[in-house]
Amino acid sequence: MLTLLGLGLLALAVLAGLGAAGLGRRLVPLGAAAVAAVLGAVAVATLALGPVEEAVLALGPPWGPARVALDALSAWFLLVLAVVALPAALFAAATGPSSRAEAAAFPLFLAAMVLVLLAADAFTLLLGFEVMSLASWALVAARHPAGRGRRAARLYFGFAAFSGLCLIAGFALLSAPGMGFSEMRAAPPEGWRGTLALVLILLGAGSKAGLLPFHLWLPLAHPAAATPVSALMSGAMVKIALYVLVRALFDLAGVAQPGWWGAPLVVLGAATALWGAIRANVETDIKAILACSTLENVGLITLALGLALVFRGADLAPLAALALSAALLHTLVHAGFKGLLFLVAGAVAEQAGSRDPDRLGGLIHRMPWVAGLAMLGAASAAALPPFSGFASEWLVLQALIQSWRVAELPVQLLSAAALVTAGMALALAAAAMLRFVGLVFLGRPRTPRAAGALDASGLMRAALVVAGAVCAALALLAAPALGLAGGIVTGLLGEGAAPPISGLDLILGEAGARYAPWAVTALLAGLTLALWYGLHRKGAPEPRRGPAWDCGFMPPPADLPFGDPLTQPSAAGAAQPIRRALGRLALAQRETHHPATPGSTVPARLRVEARDHGFVALLWPLGRLRRLAGHQAERLRGLPLSAYLALALGTLVLLLALLAWGAVA
Amino acid sequence: MMATFLALLTQILHAALILAAAPLVVGGVRWVKARLLGRRGPHPLQPLRDLLKLLRKRPVLADGSSVVTRATPYVALAATLLAALLVPGFAQGMALAPVADLILIAGLLALARMALALAGHDAGTAFGGLGAAREMTFAAFAEPALLASVLVLAVLAGSSNLDAIAALFREGSLGIRVSLLFVLMALMAVALAENARVPVDNPATHLELTMVHEAMLLEASGRHLALWEAQAALKLTVWLALLAAIFLPFGAAPAGAGPIGWVVGLVLWGAKMALLAVALAVFETAIAKMRVFRVPEFLGAALLLALLAAALVFITTGLA
Repeated sequence: MLTLLGLGLLALAVLAGLGAAGLGRRLVPLGAAAVAAVLGAVAVATLALGPVEEAVLALGPPWGPARVALDALSAWFLLVLAVVALPAALFAAATGPSSRAEAAAFPLFLAAMVLVLLAADAFTLLLGFEVMSLASWALVAARHPAGRGRRAARLYFGFAAFSGLCLIAGFALLSAPGMGFSEMRAAPPEGWRGTLALVLILLGAGSKAGLLPFHLWLPLAHPAAATPVSALMSGAMVKIALYVLVRALFDLAGVAQPGWWGAPLVVLGAATALWGAIRANVETDIKAILACSTLENVGLITLALGLALVFRGADLAPLAALALSAALLHTLVHAGFKGLLFLVAGAVAEQAGSRDPDRLGGLIHRMPWVAGLAMLGAASAAALPPFSGFASEWLVLQALIQSWRVAELPVQLLSAAALVTAGMALALAAAAMLRFVGLVFLGRPRTPRAAGALDASGLMRAALVVAGAVCAALALLAAPALGLAGGIVTGLLGEGAAPPISGLDLILGEAGARYAPWAVTALLAGLTLALWYGLHRKGAPEPRRGPAWDCGFMPPPADLPFGDPLTQPSAAGAAQPIRRALGRLALAQRETHHPATPGSTVPARLRVEARDHGFVALLWPLGRLRRLAGHQAERLRGLPLSAYLALALGTLVLLLALLAWGAVA
Repeated sequence: MMATFLALLTQILHAALILAAAPLVVGGVRWVKARLLGRRGPHPLQPLRDLLKLLRKRPVLADGSSVVTRATPYVALAATLLAALLVPGFAQGMALAPVADLILIAGLLALARMALALAGHDAGTAFGGLGAAREMTFAAFAEPALLASVLVLAVLAGSSNLDAIAALFREGSLGIRVSLLFVLMALMAVALAENARVPVDNPATHLELTMVHEAMLLEASGRHLALWEAQAALKLTVWLALLAAIFLPFGAAPAGAGPIGWVVGLVLWGAKMALLAVALAVFETAIAKMRVFRVPEFLGAALLLALLAAALVFITTGLA
C-alpha cells in the first residue's frame, strides 16, 4: 500500500515537473485524476482490510528520518481527498490550466495533501502542510497578477503563515518526547502544556479550516482560484486542516484529556456554522456563496468533533462514537457535494460567462445536465432527505440532542444553544442553496450570454457526473460508508465504541431513533411516481403554454425577448429578507437611501454596504498595528552610529544571557 | 406475524383517514371562521370540490417555466404524504413507526418547502421569488424553534422517535409540566408559520405584496394547483395531528390494540382534530396579520420559549 502511495507521490512530482515545463496541458490533470483514483482505491482497501504499519524512510531532516504510516484515520481523509480530487482533476483536464505555474502547482498541491495524511512524524506533517499552503497560494496568485484576486491571495498568505506558525508551536509542545507520532502518543502533554497545545492547534488548524474569527480569507481566496482548485480547497484542503485537528486532539494528545477541551470547539463550530450560513445568503458571486457554505459545514463538523471530546471526557463512549461518526460522515459527504457544486459553478462560469447571478438565469433550459446535477448537490447541501447531507446532519443533530445525557448543566445548556444555532444554520443553508439554484438555473435569462449558453459536454460533463454519482451513492450508502470508519472510532475512543449503524440504517442504540435512507428514498420515489401515474391516466389534459400571469403585469416590449430583467428577483433582492432579519449578526451594514424627489424622473436609490464584522474588528486594527510598527521600525534608520553599536551590543548580551539561562536550566 | 399485519393495517387505515381528513380540516376551519365573522360560509366540503374541479382542468404553464414547475408539485405532495404517514393518528405502533423520527419529519416538510420555493422561482416572476425568499427566512426561525422543542421532548421521552414520545405521553406518567406548556406554545407558533396562517400569512389574502405562500403559487394552474392545494391541506392536517399526538395523546390505540381500541382511538382522534381546527379558527379570527418583518420576532419568541423549556427540563428532571 505504502509503496503504491509512494509511487503516486512520485507520479505527482513528475506531473508537476511536466507542468512546469509547459508540456502535457491535458496529460497533467488526467494523470492527476488517475493518481486520485488510485488514492481512493488505496483508501478504501486500507479501511476495509486494516491499517498499514509505520515505515521509516531513508530520507528526512538531520535529526531523524521521515516516517510514514496509513492508519484508518489517514485513510478516511485520503478517501475524502480522492472524492474531490478525481472529478476536480477531470474538470481541470477539460478546461486546461491557464499558465505553467498553475499546471505545476496543481499536482504539487495534491501531493502535499497526501503527504500530510501519510506523515507519521511531526516534521513530515508540518512540511506537507506548509507545501500545501504554498502550492494553494501559488494557485490563487498565479491567476491574479494584480487586483482584487491578488489582494485575496495576499490575505490568504498572511493567514496561512499564521496558521503554520501556530501549528509549528503546537506540535513543538506535543513532540517534547520525540518527533514520531508513536512517541507523542506514549507521553501525552499534561497541565498547562496540554492547554497551550490545544489553543495553538486550534488556532493553527482552525485558521486553515476557516473557523471564526480566522475565516476572513476563505470566502475571498477560495473563489479566486481556478474552479478545480476552488473545489479542492473547499472540499479537501479544509478537511486536511480538520484532519490535523483530529490527529492532534484525539490521537496524539491521548485519551485522558478533560472533557472541557470540546467546549471551545463546540462554541467556535456553532458560531462559524451560523456565520457562514448567513454570509452564504448575501454573497453575490456563486463561488463565494459556495465558499461561505463551506464555512457553515466546517462549523458543523467542528461542532460534532467538540461534542465527541466532551462525551469522551464524560466517559460516554457510545455518544462519543455517535458525535465522531457524525463529524467523519459529514466530512466525506461535504467533500462529495461541495466538489460537485464548485464544478457546477465552474461549468456555469465557463459556459455562461459569468459568476454573478444577476447576469445568469434560466440556465436549466440551456444546460439541463449541469442544472440537474446542481440541484442534486444543492439538495444535499440543504440537508434535505433523502439526499446525502441529511444523513450526516441527522447524526449531528442527534448527537446534540443526546448530549443531555452528560449530567452537567453547563454542557446541557451549551449543547441546547448549539442545537438551536446549528438548526438555524441548516435552515439558512437551505435558503442559500435555493437562492443559488433559483437565481442561476431557474427563471428567465438575464443577459444574452446566459440565453446562449451551451451545456457542459465531454470531459467536463464526465467530471460533473462522477461527482454527482458519488453524491448520490453517499445518500443511499451512508451507513456502509460509515461502517468503513469503524476502525477510527474504536481506535480513538476505545474498544467499546462503534459507529451508530445497523445494516443500511443509521441507528441510535439506546435512544431508539433510526434513519433508513433506503426506505425513505423508496417511499418518496414510490409516492411521487404513484401520484404522477395517478394523475396522468388517459384523458388527463396535456398542459398548454401561455404568458406568465405575474399578477397581471404588462407583457414586456418586443426588444426584451426574455422579459424585463428588472421584474425578476435579483441577487440582492433574494437576499434582502434574510439580510434584514439576521445580517446584523455577521455583517456590519450601512444603508444609504436617496428618495426620489416628487416630480423628478430620477429613480430612488438604496445603497447597501455590508462588510464582515471580522474586517472591522480584526483586520483593520491589525493593519493599523502593522503601519504603526512600520513607522516605529522606520525610526531605527535615523539613529546615530553609537546607538547602532549599543543596539548590537545589547542584542549580544541578551543572547548570551539566554544561553547562560539555558545552560543553568 | 400477526403484529406485523396489524401494524400494516393500521398504517393503511391511517393513510386513508388522514387523506380524507385533509380537505375536511381546511374546509372546516374556513366554515368556522366564516360563522365567527357572521357569514354563512361555504360548505365544509368545498375544498374537496375545488380539488376535483381543478384536477379536471388543463394546466397552463408560464412561458419560460421548466420541468421544475411540472415536477415539484408531485415531489412536495409525496414528501408531505410521507410525513403524514409517520405521524401517529388514531393508533400507535404503525408499520412505519420505527422510522418516525421527528427530525426526519421536519426534513420531509423542509423538502416540500424547498420544492415549493423552487416552483416559485421557476417562472421568473417577481412575486414568486419574493415569496420564496420570505418563506425561507421564516424557516430560518421556525426550524431552530422546532429543533429546540424536539430536544425537550427527547429529553423527557429519551428518544426523538415520535411514536415513542406519543406512547410515553399517552401513559401519562409524566404529568403536566410547565416546560411542556412552553413547548406547546412554541410548536403552535411554528405550526402557524409553517402553514402560512394568520398572523404570519393570510391564506385568504388577495394582496400580492403581503402574500408569502400564495405568492409562490401564482403561476400554478390545473392539476398542479390541485396538488399544491392538497399539499397545503395535508400539511395543516399533519401539523394538527402532530400536536394532537404529542399534547392530546389520551385515547389513542396502543401498538397491537384490536378493532375496539381502534374505534375508540378513531372517534377520539376525530374529536381532537376538530377541537384543534376550531381552536385555529378562533385564534385566526381573533388576531390580526402582522407585518412580514415582524414575523422573525414572533418566531424568535417561540424559539426563546422552547429554549426556556429546555433549560427548565434540564433543571427540574434532576438530570443535572
